[in-house]
Formats: sequence, structure tokens, C-alpha cells
Amino acid sequence: MSDQFIIGGKSLTSRLFIGTGKYSTDALIPEIIKKSGSQVITVALRRVDFNSSTGNVMNHIPKAMQLLPNTSGARNAQEAIRIARLAKAAGYGNWIKIEVISDNKYLLPDGYETIKATEVLAGEGFVVLPYISPDLMVAKKLVEVGAAAVMPLGAPIGTNRGLKTKELLKILIEEISLPVIVDAGIGKPSDACEAMEMGAAACLLNTAIASANAPAVMAEAFGLAVAAGRKAYLAGLGSSQQYANASSPLTGFLDD
Amino acid sequence: MSFYDEYLAYSDAMLTAALVETTGEQVLKIIGKERLTPMDFLALLSPAAEAHLELMAQKAYALTVQHFGRVILLYTPMYLSDYCTNQCTYCGFNATNTFTRKQLTMVEVAREAQNIAATGLKHILILTGDAPKIAGISYIKDCVKILKKYFSSIAIEVYAMEREEYASLIEAGVDSMTLYQETYNSQIYDTLHVKGPKKDYSYRLDAPERACKAGMRSVNVGALLGLDNWRKDGFFTGVHADYLQNKYSEIEISISLPRIRPTMGNYDEPLQVTDKNMVQFMTAFRLFMPRAGITLSTRERAEFRNHAIKLGITKMSAGVNTAVGGHSDNQENSGQFAISDTRNVKEMCEAIYKLGYQPIYKDWQML
Repeated sequence: MSDQFIIGGKSLTSRLFIGTGKYSTDALIPEIIKKSGSQVITVALRRVDFNSSTGNVMNHIPKAMQLLPNTSGARNAQEAIRIARLAKAAGYGNWIKIEVISDNKYLLPDGYETIKATEVLAGEGFVVLPYISPDLMVAKKLVEVGAAAVMPLGAPIGTNRGLKTKELLKILIEEISLPVIVDAGIGKPSDACEAMEMGAAACLLNTAIASANAPAVMAEAFGLAVAAGRKAYLAGLGSSQQYANASSPLTGFLDD
Repeated sequence: MSFYDEYLAYSDAMLTAALVETTGEQVLKIIGKERLTPMDFLALLSPAAEAHLELMAQKAYALTVQHFGRVILLYTPMYLSDYCTNQCTYCGFNATNTFTRKQLTMVEVAREAQNIAATGLKHILILTGDAPKIAGISYIKDCVKILKKYFSSIAIEVYAMEREEYASLIEAGVDSMTLYQETYNSQIYDTLHVKGPKKDYSYRLDAPERACKAGMRSVNVGALLGLDNWRKDGFFTGVHADYLQNKYSEIEISISLPRIRPTMGNYDEPLQVTDKNMVQFMTAFRLFMPRAGITLSTRERAEFRNHAIKLGITKMSAGVNTAVGGHSDNQENSGQFAISDTRNVKEMCEAIYKLGYQPIYKDWQML
């Protein structure tokens, strides 16, 4: 079955995007990449030392990986735009994950500032993947201003709580023509599998792998779960019913 | 309304009563809660909570790994000037202490910066005493101009300022500010601060908020533990941080846990703050504010700092010298206080890796 996944002109075979934060050592990253099968990796620019080759997370990322620099730390559109331009100038390509957070308590994204940053950066030729709350109107605006995908959260970032926003994610998947990548909140491989079964185009996760006791093994588990969920989606899930229908207590009289 | 109004809502008698009356059963219930109220936080600082310290520690560990990962951000302080007009009984820079005061020239600032940057650090904390006529805004701005070339994040720990003054330092390249209230007990505060501009309790108390209003990226508060009952000063540190985080959600609010150290001053009667007390404070705070940073300085012993990494700490200093110019010349110099953990940056990194954590040099990029 042909199942092409293309973002920003790049064809991907893996639908699992991974992160680089929270590891006890960056030296784990190559093994995580290998075991997960992921082809896209996000990196917080705030953590990258542009001037030093030692202690630089970039040294641990194979050239073949698609880099997805993110604007973590940006509190408004202007800061996100500056970070994106810095990333491009530093030679990290033209993909950018817009993350604008002006709420340090729950780390929920700022939709309005995200739209503004996306519009400017898409106009400059960036492949923009904005991180958002699963808000249909925000997602629609992002389509209009040139985003390459939308990345709604399943639960607040770093919480490992799973698909708490499931009903809203379903609406986005139904209504948005761009790939919907579930980003944040995924805690277990079964969460990722469920998102893929629902028709999400991909999943992005970091904490669930980085905080596992055996991160590389967990990375492999997520790779398998995402692939299984996608396959189930393509196969077409059988409909499930809440009530058995062996007899017809309410309409049986019609046949009498 | 400022934090001073919130501070006034908690009387000393009320805090004393709540600390005494808290039961172990209440503590267990609070540890199981997802969100804690200020009074829950106070209960975790009570003597009754000491019996459940291991449970608090395990939850603090899990929350910290979840929200911050297994990483520790490193920084080092750079003392620019030890001129001071205040008479704080516990501080080495006390105006009545007689020693040869020093203020770095711009050439010396650059030399210090080069030496620190050579260790790989990207976050610097600059400090001065309280002498605006000598080490004022324009001097600090000149220093920042040089430091920008070497560091990706510049924090200040200087005297309490006006909002506009903070704004002008932000404009110059400063992104973070630290200011300790020393003690939140206004009566003790008045006794310990004999003379000088710092004597104004509420002006200092509201300085972190003025920095928030000016648009600082991160603001760090704390109390010098040992001046008053640590349980009360710990409580107010936490509710101060909570107040700022609720009101200024876009700013990263964090706390420090400085425990008083010997100085050349004449303050020799600190209240006892044991290692166990320190652990209770850091873990209780982590449960109260799961996403807030906690800094632990080299005032603490190496062995204690190693343990603390797994108890909620997210940021540590390394390669520290508390004397003006101390990163350039090794001569015996009078620092602000005596440090305990003398490990250099390389040794600190090795220790952090050994504990299964990663040292981070850079966590912000000046924009």
C-alpha cells in the first residue's frame, strides 16, 4: 500500500518525530534515532551553542536527519521570528517549529502570536510547523497564512498524560487539509498508536522517551506503535458499537 | 496591589500555629495532591512533614525529571565591584568592614570574561554592592556591553532598582535578575540592615516585581536561610515566586536556597539550618511549583550538592570565586562569603555526568 508522507517537499517514511531535550547525555541521541526509525528531529535553538563544537547537541545528530529547529523560549512572534532567522543563518535549514509560549505555568502555546510568526516566516520561505492548542479557528488561520502542517497538543507539554484533547484533535484531523501532527502530552506508545489510528499524520514526542528508564528501548516501542497505528488507520477500523443487537427490544414489535 | 499586600495577609502567629498544628496525616494527603495551595506548601514545611521526607523527595525527583529532564544548567558569578553603602550585619561587603575595595575596569572585565568563557560557560551572573554613585547603571551597562561578546545570557544580582532602570539594563542585554529579600521577617530585616538604602524593606520586596514589569526574561527570588526560622522564610520565598508567576506568566520565575555562610562580618548567630531542613525546603517547593527552577550555589558542600541534583535542583554555579577580579588573579582576596564547593567547571561537569545527569552550558540565546 503506497502511503506517502510529504512535508516541505520532503518525502518521509517514518511518522515519528523526536526531540533532543532532557537526556542524561546527548550521546544517547544516535541510538534513540536508530531505534525509533525517526527521520525528523527537533532541536531547541536556545540550547545550541553556535560558536562551539564541543558540548554541542548537533554533533550527535546524523547528517541524514531532517532538522526541525524550534523556537522554545520565544514569548511572542517577534522573538520566534528572530530565533528562526538565527537558525537559518547558522545553517540549520529552513524548517522551523514555531513554539510561542507566554505562559510558564502550564506552557500552553499562544495562538495569536503563533499565527503572526507563521505568516512572516512562511513568507520568507520557511517550512513552518506551528505548535498549537487544538483550536480549529487557529488551525484554519495557519492554513491560510502558509503553515506546512499543524501540531496540536494531546495534553500540556511534558505531562505524559496522553490524548486528553482527543475530541478536538478529531475535529482538526477532519477539517484541516494540512498534515495534523500530534505534538506534546503523549506519554505511552498506546497514546501514539491511538493518535495514528485516528488519522493523525505523525506524532512528535520527547519527554516520554527521555524520561523512560531505558530511553532507546522506549524509542523503539514508539516507532512500532506509530507504524502500527498508521497501518490500522489505512486498513480502516471496524466500527465499534456500544450496545449488542442480538434482539430488538424497542423495534421488534414492528415484525410481529 | 503588590506582594507586600499578600505578605501582610500572613501573620507570624498564624504561620507559627499552622506549622505546629500540621499532622502527618495531612502531610500525606498533600503529597498525593496534584496542585498545592500556599497553605499546603506551608504544611510541607512543618516539623510533621519531616517524617515523610523520602516520599516528598521521590515525588520531587519524578516531577523534576518530567519537567526539566536529567539536566543541570551551569553558570558562574562575576563580582564587578564590592563598594557598598549598606550595613548588613551578615555580609562581607558591609560598609563598616575595612578592606581595600575594588571595582573592575573594563579591561579587567574583559579579562575575567575571557577566563570564564574559556571554561565553556555561557551564562554569567554579575554582582555589585549597593553603591549607585560608583557602580551604577551606566557602569553596569558598560560591563554588559563587553560581556555580551562572551556570554549568551547575562543575569544581574545588584541593588534594588526602579522599573525604568531595569528596562534600560534589559535594553543593554541583561535578561535575568536575582534579588534576595534576605529575610521576609520585616522586624528581623530592620535589625540586620543597620544603615543604607537597603534598609527600606518594602522597596526591596517589590523590586523583583518591578523587574517583571520591565520585561526581564527570568526573575529569581530567595531568602538567606538562617536569618529567621527557615520554615517561614522558605514559605515566603515560595509564595513570592507563586505570586510573581501567577501575575507574570510569561516570565520564568525561579528561586535560590542560599544558606548563610561565614563572612568577615560580625554576624555570628545564624539560626540553624540543617541539610535535612534544606532538603525539606527544596522538595516542598518542587511539589508546590513543579515547573519553577531551583538554584543551589557553591555555598553548599560538594557532597550535599551531588545529592541535591536528584531532589529538584535545576541550576548550579561552578568554578566560583566571590571576590572582585577573582577569576583573573588567585591572590588571597576578600570575597562576599566563603564558598564550600570549590570544584571548577570541568570537575563539576564530571560529577554531574557521573550522577546520570547532563551539564548544560547554554539555555538562552540573546536575541
